[in-house]
Amino acid sequence: MKIEILGTGCPKCKKLNELVEEAASELSVLVEIIKVTDINKIIDYGVMVTPALVIDGNVKVAGKIPSKEEIIRWIKEKK
Amino acid sequence: MDKCCCNAKSRLVYSCSGAANTGEIADQVSRKLAKEGYGKMTCLASVGAHISGFVQSAKGAEENITIDGCSINCAKKILEHIGVTPTKSYIVTEMGVEKGKTPVTEEIINEISSKIKKGISSKAEQENNGEGDKNSGCSCCSC
Repeated sequence: MKIEILGTGCPKCKKLNELVEEAASELSVLVEIIKVTDINKIIDYGVMVTPALVIDGNVKVAGKIPSKEEIIRWIKEKK
Repeated sequence: MDKCCCNAKSRLVYSCSGAANTGEIADQVSRKLAKEGYGKMTCLASVGAHISGFVQSAKGAEENITIDGCSINCAKKILEHIGVTPTKSYIVTEMGVEKGKTPVTEEIINEISSKIKKGISSKAEQENNGEGDKNSGCSCCSC
């Protein structure tokens, strides 16, 4: 499972990264976490507000930090 | 796209893509507003096509502004279709533009853009704000 965190590296992006790592750890799921900081690549996803979370190519949230429970739910849906 | 995602206010602007003069004016006004930093113009068609990045961006933005050409209100309805209520909706035919008649000029684009920046969405609102007479009041800024 590929999880991409879109953003330029500010505290919100880092917080999102932490939550994703915690969620994956709780589920004992092996995930590939990729940070996307290139603006052009972020725009290619259609993302206009960051941070954003993409799971296997599908943007799940943009412009806000989801809860860990939401991230867990999204990962479970993809398993 | 802002360099810092933490502090930047996210305001997205959606224009209708109608074929008439009103759609063209809505489009050009949106581009002018984006260029001037009022907000980021984004793709309405992609929202309608349920492209995840655009849908989630609409749901996550602090403000979503729609600029429709006419009362059919496609931009507003497309956002409502994905469960997003626009923060503010503008219809250019309610702002002094006649469908099929008003020519698309730099002047009209500037006029509509200026009204939007002031939050004026109709002639009635403009008159209530005491701006009915173009020759009165301050016209030195577009804030």
